[in-house]
Amino acid sequence: MREVAVCGVGMTKFGISEKTNLEMFAEAGIEAIEGSNIEPKDIEALFFGNCLGDFEEGQLHMAPFAAAELGLPRSAPATRFESACATATVAIRHAALLVGAGVYDVVLAGGTERATKMGTPLATKTFAMASQAQHESAAGMTFPGVFAMAAHMYASKYGIALGELKRHMAEVSVKNHYHGSMNPKAHFQKEIDVDTVLSGMMVADPLQLFDCCPFSDGAAAVVIADAAKARELVKKPIYIAGTGQAYGGPLYLQEDLTRVRARELASKQAYREAGLSPEDIDVVELHDCFTIAEILAVESMGFYEFGKGFDAATKGETRLKGRVVVNPSGGLKAKGHPIGATGAAQVTEIVEQLREESGPRQVEGARVGMVDTLGGDFGTVCNIILRS
Amino acid sequence: MEYRVTYQQYQQGLEQGEFVGLKCNECGAVTFPPLGVCRKCSGTNLEQTQMSGMGIVKTFTVIRVPPEGMKAPYVVAMVKLDEGPYVTGNLVGIDPDKTDMDIIDKRVKLGSQVIDGNAGPENKQRVLTFELV
Ligand SMILES: [Zn+2]
Repeated sequence: MREVAVCGVGMTKFGISEKTNLEMFAEAGIEAIEGSNIEPKDIEALFFGNCLGDFEEGQLHMAPFAAAELGLPRSAPATRFESACATATVAIRHAALLVGAGVYDVVLAGGTERATKMGTPLATKTFAMASQAQHESAAGMTFPGVFAMAAHMYASKYGIALGELKRHMAEVSVKNHYHGSMNPKAHFQKEIDVDTVLSGMMVADPLQLFDCCPFSDGAAAVVIADAAKARELVKKPIYIAGTGQAYGGPLYLQEDLTRVRARELASKQAYREAGLSPEDIDVVELHDCFTIAEILAVESMGFYEFGKGFDAATKGETRLKGRVVVNPSGGLKAKGHPIGATGAAQVTEIVEQLREESGPRQVEGARVGMVDTLGGDFGTVCNIILRS
Repeated sequence: MEYRVTYQQYQQGLEQGEFVGLKCNECGAVTFPPLGVCRKCSGTNLEQTQMSGMGIVKTFTVIRVPPEGMKAPYVVAMVKLDEGPYVTGNLVGIDPDKTDMDIIDKRVKLGSQVIDGNAGPENKQRVLTFELV
C-alpha cells in the first residue's frame, strides 16, 4: 500500500441550518478542495456520506447530485456510504484504502446531514432504524435507550453506585461543553456545570438531556491523496498512519454492552497498521454521542483499563492540557452530531490540531491523533490514526 | 441452504407462546432469536429447539422520549436466557417509574406482545416481553 495523506479539510458550522444537504456539502467540499490548492476537476472519486436524506428531504442517491454541485468530473464515481453515525469515517477509510491501493491519486470524502429538519419524534424514530429492526427497534428501543442500558450495566458490573457514575458522566458533558465554547463551528458554544446535567429532563434512565448529543445539521469533507502528491499540493499534509473497522451486530449478540468489541477490534487494527499504541496518541476525537459512550470509548481504545475510565474527565485527564485530550472540538455533545458528517468533522479537527491551527483549543505539541466513530448501537466502529 | 427458522416462523411461535431457536450440532450453542448460522461457531448444522422461557435481567432502561408513534414511559431490557443467549424486549407488569437498578439480576419469564407504530418493517409485530417471577 502507498502512503496516504489528508490535504485540505472543510466543514460548515454545525447546528440548525436552513441549507439543503447538498448546499452544506458543497460548502464543506469547496473549502476542502480550495485548501488543497486544486480544482474540482482534479477530484477522481467522491466517497459521500449521508444517512437519512430520504426522510429529511425525500432524497435518495444523493452522491451524484453532490458531485454535480461541486462540478466534479463526470468520470469520477460518486458513491454513497451509510454506516449510521460512523458513515463519513467509513467513507474516508475506504477513500484512503483505494488511494493507498493506487486506484486513485486524489479523492474527496465526507458527508452531510440535515437531522433537525425531521423534528425530535421522527428523528428519534429514524435514528432507531439503525438498531436491528425485527427484534430491537421493534421493542421501542431508541438510541439514548441503548446507551442508557450500557450505563446501567456499567454501574452493575463494576459495582459503582449509579449516582456516583452519573456525576462522573456529567463531568464528560461539562468538559466537552468547555471545549466546544472555544469552537466557533460548534452547535453549542457555552459552558455548563454538573448541576446543568443533573437537572436536565430524563431522556432514557439514567441519561438526562445533557448526557445526550443534539440532533444537528452540517457537512464536512476532506481531500485525500497519495502522500507524494499531497506533499506537492500542501505545506503540511497529515498522514493516515492506520485505520480499522469492525462490526458488532445486534445488541442481543453483543451481550456485554460495557465492552465495545467492535471498537476493540477496529482500534487494534489501526494501532497495528500504524505501529503505534494508545500511549502514543496525543489527541483524540471520539464518539461521545452520550456521556457514557465516551467512558466506554476511552476504555475500549486502550487509554484506560476496563472499569477504570469512568472518572477520567472528573480528574481532568481528558481535558485540554490533560494526559490524553479527548474531544477538543467539543465532541458530538457540544460540536453537534449531523450523523452523516460527524466522522469527517472529527478528521477535520484532528488534521487542524496536528497542523497547530486550532487556536485556543490547540493541544500543544500534538503529533499523533486518533479518530473514533461508532455507528448505530455499537454496530460499526471505525478508527483512523493520523500523524503530522 | 434454506433458512432454518424464518422471522415469520419465529413470530408464529411467539403467537403460540413458543420461543423457537436453533441448536448447533457442531458446538452445542443455542441461537435465539434465530440467525442464518450458529451465533458461536458460524456452523450451519443446526436443529430447531425451544427455549424454556426463563432468564435473568442483565440491564434495562426506561424510555421517556419515545420514537414517533409510541407512547412513553416503557421499559426496555436485556435478559440472559437459561440456555445462554441474550435477548432484548420489554419489561412488563411493572411501573416504569418504580423500575430501578434493583431489577438487575432478577429472574423473569418470557412472553410476547404486539407493538404498533414502532420503527420496524411490520406494522404489528410481536416482540419479547419479560415479567418478574
Ligand atoms: Zn456452533
